[in-house]
Amino acid sequence: MQPFDTVTGSAAPLLAANIDTDVIMPKQFLKGIDRSGLAQGVFFDLRLLPDGTPNPGFILNQPAWQQASFLVTGPNFGCGSSREHAVWGLRQRGIRALIGTRFAGIFQDNCQRNGVLVIQLDEAQLANIAEVVSQPATAELSVDLPRQQIRLADGTVIPFLIDELGKQALMQGLDAVGATLQRAEQIRAFERQHLRDNPWLNL
Amino acid sequence: MSSPRTLYQKHIDSHTVCSLDDQGHVLLYIDRQVANEYTSPQAFSGLREAGRPVWRPAATLAVVDHVNPTTPRRTAVMGDAGGARQVEYFSENCRDFGIPLFDVLDRRQGIEHVVAPEQGFILPGMVVAAGDSHTTTYGALGAFGFGIGTSEIEHLLATQTLVYRRLKTLRVWATGELGPGVTAKDIIMALIVQIGASGATGYAIEFAGPAIDALSVEARMTVCNMAVEAGARGAFMAPDDKVFAYLQGRPRAPQGALWQAAVDSWRQLHTDLGATFDREAQLDVQTLPPMVSWGTSPDQAAAITGHVPDPLHEPDPIVRQGQQRALNYMGLEPGMALHDVRISHAFIGSCTNARLEDLRDAARVVKGKQVAAHVRAMIVPGSTLVREQAEQEGLARIFLDAGFEWRQSGCSMCLAMNDDVLAAGDRCASSTNRNFEGRQGAGARTHLMSPAMVAAAAIAGHLTDVRTFAPEA
Repeated sequence: MQPFDTVTGSAAPLLAANIDTDVIMPKQFLKGIDRSGLAQGVFFDLRLLPDGTPNPGFILNQPAWQQASFLVTGPNFGCGSSREHAVWGLRQRGIRALIGTRFAGIFQDNCQRNGVLVIQLDEAQLANIAEVVSQPATAELSVDLPRQQIRLADGTVIPFLIDELGKQALMQGLDAVGATLQRAEQIRAFERQHLRDNPWLNL
Repeated sequence: MSSPRTLYQKHIDSHTVCSLDDQGHVLLYIDRQVANEYTSPQAFSGLREAGRPVWRPAATLAVVDHVNPTTPRRTAVMGDAGGARQVEYFSENCRDFGIPLFDVLDRRQGIEHVVAPEQGFILPGMVVAAGDSHTTTYGALGAFGFGIGTSEIEHLLATQTLVYRRLKTLRVWATGELGPGVTAKDIIMALIVQIGASGATGYAIEFAGPAIDALSVEARMTVCNMAVEAGARGAFMAPDDKVFAYLQGRPRAPQGALWQAAVDSWRQLHTDLGATFDREAQLDVQTLPPMVSWGTSPDQAAAITGHVPDPLHEPDPIVRQGQQRALNYMGLEPGMALHDVRISHAFIGSCTNARLEDLRDAARVVKGKQVAAHVRAMIVPGSTLVREQAEQEGLARIFLDAGFEWRQSGCSMCLAMNDDVLAAGDRCASSTNRNFEGRQGAGARTHLMSPAMVAAAAIAGHLTDVRTFAPEA
């Protein structure tokens, strides 16, 4: 997992509510047994017209946002299916952080596990960012994770909150399984007692 | 004497291996998980690459459900190369890591959230996680279930735990008595309309009250299943005698003295008097009508007696744009009566509504009638055992005589990952859980409703009020 420090890039506003993981990664891209090749599936039905040519009206097809590093999202982004393919695809397309008001729970966890920073702000702050990055000339911003701030092209600095555990994991690009396995003895001891207390769990 | 706790707190407390910080993160022990062929492959690959074993293979049940065909004659041949590779790799992983697998030809195969309760694999008091968002279903059994992504599946397989942050709690208190033709599906759809598609984001919902007590265990599963469509990361119901009766004698349930000890322990699984929730919501089901969705988010739904909304009357700009976009996708006009919406397809299936009671409900509506000539109607039972039982009861005959296809079990057209896919412009009355754009096929239009409502729509050829189809009417 690529560690997250300070990242600078353009931010594409995608402000519709309830953009679900079926829209982010449609079913025809879920048939793999590895994580590869998912960049082409991201927002497939929004990015492409029915004849397969790029939809010029879609923000990620427009010059200022084609290489976007960030999405500025509407409420409940990532709702629906647990498919982590949605996050793998976003990451493979170069998205490093998502900025919004509310995110779906499973999706948010999936982002965290793949080094994609999720920043939650209030509606007024989000509206401010969306307005600035909607102009091609000021589409670029920086996300500084160590200092927990977003810096806009017009000079505005917006602080954000993140829990320390999540922040450290993102900054260090940690292997979560390896970290937990350092507690293997503790898990083993808990499990022995738990199965003794609830013997029907052994069936 | 400890302070009063909610059912959620009891589950988390009894499964906490250790606290990880002072912000509510804990290492949470997970009793069981269910695995499917499409969200698990990269998790197993991760274990293989790191040379890690599965911590407790017996804690996992593997079921093929998402990509298999549901053609009436059972086949182990997948409809496409990608699906075939996933099923093959799944079987290889289960063999190499020692995990029990119900493959396509197994008599116990079916949709994971139908199969796991059916097998007694999910018991009250358990914490269950699985790579599927509808794992919330297990709340109906007094367990705590939640969906996880593939990285978390790998973490769980390797450690039997998850790094977990406590949720807030929301109690939904449901009162009143359901009218004829109104079901658990209508309760949860009405709740989603009331609180919104992200109304419970960050929360675990406990459903309680007389209207929940009155539901059968299968109906309760429908309610908990769709709690995730309101954003809930888990759903709860206190287990009662109905749950114990449902579980007794199932293959993985305890027996004899162990059964009695288990039931004695499970009776403690309720929210203590005086425990408080972060939020409360009320729902009176007494006058609840059957619900149908008209849009592309589960909270875009209304009573079948109602009309398609007019976005111009919506003050909130984001909601208004959402409505406009939805109506455009759905090909509906503002103000149109919902019972006038003509359908091309009817689908009864999914982990939400394809259990035996759902099929009985639908069969009561269908009996002696015919599917409208322009409608293709399908029944995909929730599991192969449900299918078998429905055949023994004569339900299959009723459906076939009426012109329904009687198919094999799987997730099928709920998410259309197999070859049961709708074409652009098709309009489907569906007993499923999501009406997202493209969910049942690119450009296809989904209307969510109860199985009985789907059955009625299949016969009428358009959305219609099942109460006018009631056999005793």
